[in-house]
Amino acid sequence: MQIFHRSSNTISKATIFAVIIVASVALWACIQLQRSPYVTYAGVARPQPVPFSHQHHVAGLGIDCRYCHTSVENSHFAGIPPTKTCMNCHSQIWVGAPLLEPVRESYRTGKSLVWNRVNDLPDFVYFDHSIHISKGVGCNTCHGPVDRMPLMYNFASLQMEWCLDCHRAPDKYLRPRDQVFYMRYEQPTSAKPVEVDGTKYTDQRELGKYLIHKHNLRTPTDITSCSTCHR
Amino acid sequence: MATTQTPLETKKAPVIEPGHSFASVTDKISSIVLKRPVKAGWVFGFAVSFLILQVLLFAVGYLFIKGVGIWGINIPVGWGFAIVNFVWWIGIGHAGTLISAILALLRQSWRNSINRFAEAMTLFAVACAGMFPLLHMGRPWLGYWLFPYPNTMNYWPQFRSPLVWDVFAVSTYATTSLLFWFVGLIPDLATMRDRATNPVVRFVFGLLAMGWRGSARHWARYETAYLLLAGLATPLVLSVHTVVSFDFAISIVPGWHTTIFPPYFVAGAIYSGFAMVLVLAIPIRKYYDVSDFITERHLENSAMVMLATGLIVAYGYAFEAFMNWYSGNPYEGFLRWNRLHGPYAPWYLALLFFNIVLPQILWIRKFRTNPIWLFLISLDVLVGMWLERFIIVVVSLHRDFLTSSWGMYYPTRWDWAVFIGTLGLFSALMFLFVRLLPMISIFEIRTLLPEAEVKHK
Repeated sequence: MQIFHRSSNTISKATIFAVIIVASVALWACIQLQRSPYVTYAGVARPQPVPFSHQHHVAGLGIDCRYCHTSVENSHFAGIPPTKTCMNCHSQIWVGAPLLEPVRESYRTGKSLVWNRVNDLPDFVYFDHSIHISKGVGCNTCHGPVDRMPLMYNFASLQMEWCLDCHRAPDKYLRPRDQVFYMRYEQPTSAKPVEVDGTKYTDQRELGKYLIHKHNLRTPTDITSCSTCHR
Repeated sequence: MATTQTPLETKKAPVIEPGHSFASVTDKISSIVLKRPVKAGWVFGFAVSFLILQVLLFAVGYLFIKGVGIWGINIPVGWGFAIVNFVWWIGIGHAGTLISAILALLRQSWRNSINRFAEAMTLFAVACAGMFPLLHMGRPWLGYWLFPYPNTMNYWPQFRSPLVWDVFAVSTYATTSLLFWFVGLIPDLATMRDRATNPVVRFVFGLLAMGWRGSARHWARYETAYLLLAGLATPLVLSVHTVVSFDFAISIVPGWHTTIFPPYFVAGAIYSGFAMVLVLAIPIRKYYDVSDFITERHLENSAMVMLATGLIVAYGYAFEAFMNWYSGNPYEGFLRWNRLHGPYAPWYLALLFFNIVLPQILWIRKFRTNPIWLFLISLDVLVGMWLERFIIVVVSLHRDFLTSSWGMYYPTRWDWAVFIGTLGLFSALMFLFVRLLPMISIFEIRTLLPEAEVKHK
């Protein structure tokens, strides 16, 4: 006797392929999800006590990164400015702006503003800003176009594959030491070469190789060893 | 595939008792599943196993809450019961693959009666084994890190580590064993479908039988597929436990760092596997009255395999001891002294007695063919092989190179709960298997009958 309808012949054959397709799509979806802003928050502005605009302060007013992030060149931590740094200007301008009331309150009471950390690496990662600055990694290489961010967001995924992308081949990103804080720096092209020590470079890889030598970078084997970042 | 019983072989028991026909074989095996009422003995046995299975779930649940600190492991003994039990269970599985794959290729027709439940035993043993490395990891929910997949760390697993080889060896083994078992079941599942009267049972068996009609084309494809799978599974019998032994042999710990490990692990695996086959076969043939299919011949053959592999294991022990001395290495020498005189010496001596001395009575035919004796010796071998892994794991680790790092390993109640729990899982699955599926291959038994032989004029 017939238990199944004759269509089950076709269905059963189709399911063989369906399993492969469904499994591959599911795997692909997991891989994509893991790298999506849903997980990494890349490009997602975080709420802050004061809607501080890097765009206005950096591009509009021309303030250098180091005016606020004072310790970036010689410490692991770039530094979050104390309220006093804000008040250097804001005791003179926008003194009555309601938006800045939390800043003034902090200044009056001495209680720090509590910013929400945006570029937050896991605690098991050792990261040092100063070494990256002194080897010629530009601010916007990792932080993105901060001078065009009305509200701060993390530009990169901050996942390990992103770190390794540079640590395995630093010559892809290095720039001359004096260009590190320049937010509109562009990698060399034949139309716009970059000059270092009297030589004009038209190719990033060549420039990178020279800078690796000049800045005494350690080898990729050294800087990709586990204990470089996981100490 | 059938062999003729020539008069010269009269001293040996037949692989199937006389008096059976195609119909009687099918009737007898299928009725165990389809017609036989659920008896009190089965219910009792299953209930006890199920209860022990709950012990496993409880112990694992508590482990997930508390972490591996509830176990007796420490530094220097970082590998405790979890690894002992892993190696023990995965070894037990090997007999099933040997019986179904190697003996199939060698055309040993006596395997036809025991391959089905031996393969089921393999699957259940691998399921028990596979659990332990995961539980031992501490963070089992990150177990998928062991597999190479395009992760956000842009890193592969450490391919130079035998622990990663193990992942591949065991997962390949589990997949192949499952496929082999299922493909071998398909013709019988179709028989069950055709004989089932209950529509639900018929539907389930029909689904599993995958449209098997028993046409000549089906059989031709089936034979090809089965042969291919047997060919695939054959190297696995050797490779899986070889890789398991690499977990130890690749390291530099005295007592682990030996080249004899792969062959002696494989032999030990088959040794304990056949012991488990006998521990299962002897009650099954009595309780389900299938001693006409699982005859004295099967018991004796299994006993002889056990004796042979046991001797290889004995050779392994002897050579281990010889190399401890011959290497001239003081740490190796200390290991030998420590095994014989250290804090675990009674267990080492028990291991030698259980694994090497006692099974020698299998040289005597009377013991080889007596089910009760065989059952007891098989239990003894299972205990002995478990002790062997305990000695290898714990005794090698507990005396580190520096005396300041010496320690002792005391299993806690949670160690025991997880181990005994897996015994419950194994037997609960076995109880379900004998009730729900034909535990003896119907169509392969039928090839043993005289009617199946090609008649020449």
